[in-house]
Amino acid sequence: MKRTRSKLVVPSASNRAFYGDGIPGVKAEELAGKLIAVEGADGSGRSTQIALLVEWLETRGHATVQVGLKRSTLVSDELNDAQNGNILSRTTLSLFYATDFADQLENVILPALKAGFIVLADRYIYTLMARDMVRGMDEAWLKNLYGVALKPDAVFYLNIEPDELVQRNLAKTATLDYWESGMDLGLSRDLYDSFLKYQGLMQNAFRRLQKTYGFTIVNGTRAVDEVNEELRNKIDAVLEGKS
Amino acid sequence: MKTFAQLGFPGRLVAVEGLDGSGKSTQIYLLKRWLEAEGVKVYFSEWNSSELVKSATSKGKKRELLTPTTFSLIHATDFADRYERHLLPLLRAGYVVLCDRYIFTAFARDTVRGCPPSWVRGIYNFAALPDITFFFKADLEVSLNRILDGRPKLKFFEAGMDLRLSSDPYESFRIFQGRILDQYLAMSTEFHFVTIDANQRVEAQQTTVRQLINQRIDFDSFRRHSPLPLPPPVRRGTGAFEEVEEDGGA
Repeated sequence: MKRTRSKLVVPSASNRAFYGDGIPGVKAEELAGKLIAVEGADGSGRSTQIALLVEWLETRGHATVQVGLKRSTLVSDELNDAQNGNILSRTTLSLFYATDFADQLENVILPALKAGFIVLADRYIYTLMARDMVRGMDEAWLKNLYGVALKPDAVFYLNIEPDELVQRNLAKTATLDYWESGMDLGLSRDLYDSFLKYQGLMQNAFRRLQKTYGFTIVNGTRAVDEVNEELRNKIDAVLEGKS
Repeated sequence: MKTFAQLGFPGRLVAVEGLDGSGKSTQIYLLKRWLEAEGVKVYFSEWNSSELVKSATSKGKKRELLTPTTFSLIHATDFADRYERHLLPLLRAGYVVLCDRYIFTAFARDTVRGCPPSWVRGIYNFAALPDITFFFKADLEVSLNRILDGRPKLKFFEAGMDLRLSSDPYESFRIFQGRILDQYLAMSTEFHFVTIDANQRVEAQQTTVRQLINQRIDFDSFRRHSPLPLPPPVRRGTGAFEEVEEDGGA
């Protein structure tokens, strides 16, 4: 059996910065760990890919922490309740998610990075911005709002065509999620049609954001291992400071 | 930024701002009673009162989970919910909306807590400016005494304890309120605050308020023909985080 190498890679220093003013009192240069974000729709294979990356990173001696949307202590329950009642207007929805994000940023992401962990974010600000853009929120407003966010070391967007996403979601849960179908937008009364239209709009929003934020678009339609290999190679380069 | 009148809304928004203990809540309550008696379509909205967000805010405050950033964002969420679900439709429908605290409370508090002013203002730029903003300016000692005499137990965030200004809550509260007052004074000209001398007697202040409202608002355009809407229900329960906050919590 092949042994894992015993000499571990110590990640090189990051060129740390916030998108805007950041968090009061936090110095970006003190954050030694690495922040890796994986973006993509439900059914794009995000969770599977992240689970494989955690396995791989930990085997290689890196400590990891995972964060995701709606996982904050502060507002996750309230956000769920509000979404179930469908009573959120767009600015409120946007700010509610931003609060959830900021809470995890300050209480999980920043302390973990300070301690030298590799933080894997199961979606980051780009999903939140894309959703808001599709709902007509002003891009400059969003850019200011997410000025609190730290620039990740790598961002991967798992791109999958809407008609493939619909198949994957139905195979998994036999239904389509109300919000992932953008039903609040009134694109169509039909869940299936709405899902396709909404995911198409999300894809466009991501392409737009990609031009500003320069993340890596990964073809998520391929086999799990193939996608993971691409991610591992790119993360390797990040850890060794070659990217 | 424009006022609701400048944006062509048929309704008008009147806001009151000032320190805790400045007497602004009493004044806006008396204004509301008068407008109701005059048959004006009037609605009252209080800072930090959205049903949707309240439990999260209370939890954050009780467990001292809030940082300057999340404190700011959760209050912005609360404001956005009230703004989009109540204020905008009512102002479209020609109501006189009275707000006990508006965006200036966030501008003052969040800035004192160390959030960049441009960031805070950027977040609230979806909101139009009030048509009239009354600023109740009392001497710092007067407002401090009103609070400290009546309510000896200060809450953590209300006293600004998160800023680590002093380990003594009373001392912390004094310093914190002093800094907020400075912020209000700095905004006063920019946002055309109508300053009311809050050291005066209640009736004297209310006289000034009513005179100005009378000059600026033509009551005939705001007469109601149907009953007043009910305020959003106050949820009463036995949950651990449902204690009603006073004055919107600091």
